[in-house]
Amino acid sequence: MAEQTNQIKLNKNSFNKVGANDVDEQEKISAPSLTFLQDAIRRLKKNKAAIISLWLLVIIIMISIISIWWTPSDPNAQHVAYANLPPKIANGIPGFTGKASVGGEIVDKYAQANVPKGTYYVLGTDYLGRDLFSRLMKGVALSLLIGMLATLFDLVIGIPYGIISGWKGGRTDTIMQRIIEIISSIPNLVVVILMLLLFTPGLGSIVVAMGITGWITMARLVRAETLTLKSQEYVLAARTLGESSFKIAIKHLIPNLSSTIIIQTMFSIPTAIFFEAFLSFIGIGIPAPNASLGTLLSDGQKTFRFLPYQMWYPAAAISIIMIAFNLLADGLRDAFDPKASE
Amino acid sequence: MPKDNETIDAQPRKKLVQVKHLKQYFNPGKPNEVKAIDDISFDIYEGETFGLVGESGSGKSTTGRSIIRLYKPTSGEILFNGKDISKIKHRDMLEFRREMQMIFQDPYASLNPRMKVKDIIAEGLDVHHLVKNDQERDARVNELLNLVGLSHDHATRYPHEFSGGQRQRIGIARALAVQPRFIIADEPISALDVSIQAQVVNLLREIQQEQNLTYLFIAHDLSMVKYISDRIAVMHNGRLMELSTADEVYNHPLHPYTKSLLSAVPLPDPMYERSRRRKDYDSSIEFDGKPRTLK
Amino acid sequence: MEKILDVKNLKINFSTFAGQVQAIRDVSFHLNKGETLAIVGESGSGKSVTVRSIMALLANNAHIDGGEIDFKGQDILKMSPREIEKIRGNDISMIFQDPMTSLDPTMPIGKQVAEPLLIHGSMNHANAMARAEEVLKLVGIDNAKNRMKDYPHQFSGGQRQRIVIAIAIVNYPEILLADEPTTALDVTIQAQIIDLMKDLQHKIGTSIIFITHDLGVVAGIADRVAVMYAGKIIEYGTVDEIFYDPKHPYTWGLLNSMPTLDTSSKRLYAIPGTPPNLLDPPAGDAFAPRNPYTMEIDHEAMPPFFKVTDTHYAATWLLHPDAPQVDPPLAIKKRQAEYRELLASGQIGSHKAKEVDQNA
Repeated sequence: MAEQTNQIKLNKNSFNKVGANDVDEQEKISAPSLTFLQDAIRRLKKNKAAIISLWLLVIIIMISIISIWWTPSDPNAQHVAYANLPPKIANGIPGFTGKASVGGEIVDKYAQANVPKGTYYVLGTDYLGRDLFSRLMKGVALSLLIGMLATLFDLVIGIPYGIISGWKGGRTDTIMQRIIEIISSIPNLVVVILMLLLFTPGLGSIVVAMGITGWITMARLVRAETLTLKSQEYVLAARTLGESSFKIAIKHLIPNLSSTIIIQTMFSIPTAIFFEAFLSFIGIGIPAPNASLGTLLSDGQKTFRFLPYQMWYPAAAISIIMIAFNLLADGLRDAFDPKASE
Repeated sequence: MPKDNETIDAQPRKKLVQVKHLKQYFNPGKPNEVKAIDDISFDIYEGETFGLVGESGSGKSTTGRSIIRLYKPTSGEILFNGKDISKIKHRDMLEFRREMQMIFQDPYASLNPRMKVKDIIAEGLDVHHLVKNDQERDARVNELLNLVGLSHDHATRYPHEFSGGQRQRIGIARALAVQPRFIIADEPISALDVSIQAQVVNLLREIQQEQNLTYLFIAHDLSMVKYISDRIAVMHNGRLMELSTADEVYNHPLHPYTKSLLSAVPLPDPMYERSRRRKDYDSSIEFDGKPRTLK
Repeated sequence: MEKILDVKNLKINFSTFAGQVQAIRDVSFHLNKGETLAIVGESGSGKSVTVRSIMALLANNAHIDGGEIDFKGQDILKMSPREIEKIRGNDISMIFQDPMTSLDPTMPIGKQVAEPLLIHGSMNHANAMARAEEVLKLVGIDNAKNRMKDYPHQFSGGQRQRIVIAIAIVNYPEILLADEPTTALDVTIQAQIIDLMKDLQHKIGTSIIFITHDLGVVAGIADRVAVMYAGKIIEYGTVDEIFYDPKHPYTWGLLNSMPTLDTSSKRLYAIPGTPPNLLDPPAGDAFAPRNPYTMEIDHEAMPPFFKVTDTHYAATWLLHPDAPQVDPPLAIKKRQAEYRELLASGQIGSHKAKEVDQNA
């Protein structure tokens, strides 16, 4: 192997002693600094499905925000004369021509109902002549509001409950866990029906039902994670430095719980949305005339065989929202916790 | 023991830490009771390095954690600077937390991965309000980084960017930030490579000389402990087996357990290794029912 | 001596988001039949990656960029996954560092030990269990017959590592790869496991590759030693050559940073700095920035292996005929003298020292 030396040019300075480098120079870190969050975002960006879901959700959220101030027409206004009009867009692309087949014959429903020129219902109207597109906008907005409230309960009740239970340990933990077990043993539906005895059906009783049970999964996950974090040496180090329990929770526990929290929130939003839709569908949720995805589906389902569009669009909306949230949650989990996916 | 500790020094030195009949049981009274520490007593003098050696499960780490009040002892007392630490009032607790610090074993688990190095080091400064403003805080952090051989460029980086040895030095800087008098080093080098172990041990020694610190150095590696310690205590099954000066323990071990431990330490010399025979220790001799005390 | 395994010019890269990490940079070594080769190095030096590549157990983002691993005339790197599975656990087996995670907590240990025999179809169930019992006895599990039905948690850490070894040797493999098998254990258990491995090698004639960072362990178990630094082997030779006549400054540094028996409180020698980042390894000798003997050439060109003896090679420009004569640090000689003295005085392990004298 010594022949290799011939290929390297040696001169008489080659063997001058230069000694070791400065220690400081060696300790330099040349790689770019990447925070945990940046690293997670980098991984998330690689996940196409999650990114598409994210954009879809952004668009849906924007539309819902707009619906607070503006909808194409009043979602609750009834025009009985214009009932059950099929979808129509100005230039009439297929499927949105405003025509329907009645007894095997294609008829222009808009002309039949004497709808003035220039008035279109993008997704048609329901049996009371209400604009379905406006109602769908309101319904989606309501669903997202429910999702937000679910997040709020997770954050305000679930996280502190889990942290306190895990951090205190001992008897406190035992009592808090028994309470959770009791609450979670009562089915949600029973809670809502009991609520109906006290309140009028509506957003209020759904929110109270969620407030009672919705945060339990989050509390359990946070507690389990806190139990492992509690014995981590950096938490012990903070204790030996005299850091208060509250500060330890803020500085050490919550930042290290953040991935669990974000992921669990992303999973609990679609659960809550579906819960509301389900209650409204069976008629103990949002009362008439207000629109929700559940009531839209319930109304649409009655006429599904003749006027399928009345159910297709709300069904598509709820499916897209659920799938998008789930895919995004999956993507976030892989991004924040790369070990789980491998 | 051949010599009484008091006679080793001409002048009796100040006892900084006194452990008296310390017992630490987990799940006391239950079927799964564990006697992690079973009645141990020793003193640590100001300015010395006290080595505590034992195998896993011997109770050595538990001893350290009891002294720094991460655990509440089952019985016995621990005096720090003459005061019983279990009786420290809430408002004096902060002062106690400043005077006693700990360096941890695992350089990967002992730094919060979500915090920048400067915030990790400055945590103690913030808790004890040792700096007035951000400028002073940064200056103090840089000073500490220099002390442990890192540069101020490192202050804004996250722990995962550092090697094990560098992380351990960050942990040391965090402990030194509050200017403690007494540091418990809980196996600070056992997770590091050999060449890095030497760096960390040298650093600990230098700092000790500069700042007149007292160490409790916990380890399972007798050779390194002997190198850094003035006195060594050998622990086994929650009890002290032997306590003497480092030289005595190493060169003239009395207890058969110490002998067995010493005979197992591998030395980097093939000829020596070829002729070595380890001595087994039968721990059942401890359970003959006779009371045992250190003599 | 017959070569049983021959690794030639192995190169392995890991792709990470920051770029290619050159974990193994042109590594060649061989293993003789019946010997123990110790690979020594710090974490990140590539010693584990090298051994895992022999078992085809590399992570997904690793790719082999060149070289060959010859085992019985076949290149392991070119084998299909099926062919490798036939070798794995049969001809070549591996012991991992952590005995806690290498055993399945839900399976009785007798079955775990017998499993490699059943997988490779070499025996029926009854024979396999009989062999498992025999091997458990061999590794020193007392009352093996009755303990076959016990689960891993019923054993102590040292016993678990013995069981892990039993699983690895149950097929009497030709090569045993041990990746820091004693690092997680207490010194007394470590000594027992090393004795056990030496004893087993005697009995079943396996060749062993032993990875460790502890030079004390190397001195006790190895016949030959390869020292790795920054993805390359920088020196290899017989255990006596490496310990008594080291040539590479890194080997000097490693030997010197072990604590001595001398209790005087002088500074412990420490190699300054940290190993290089293998994302962008230096053009010359990777150890140059930490080396007090660095010459200009070290920064320009990677040193080739220079022959010291037929079995001893070192990759350092200091061995070039034109290089100035540099003696190894005096401290190393001093240490050796100390160990001789210790051996003669018989302070530790005295009775054995005398026996050796008689044998000699």
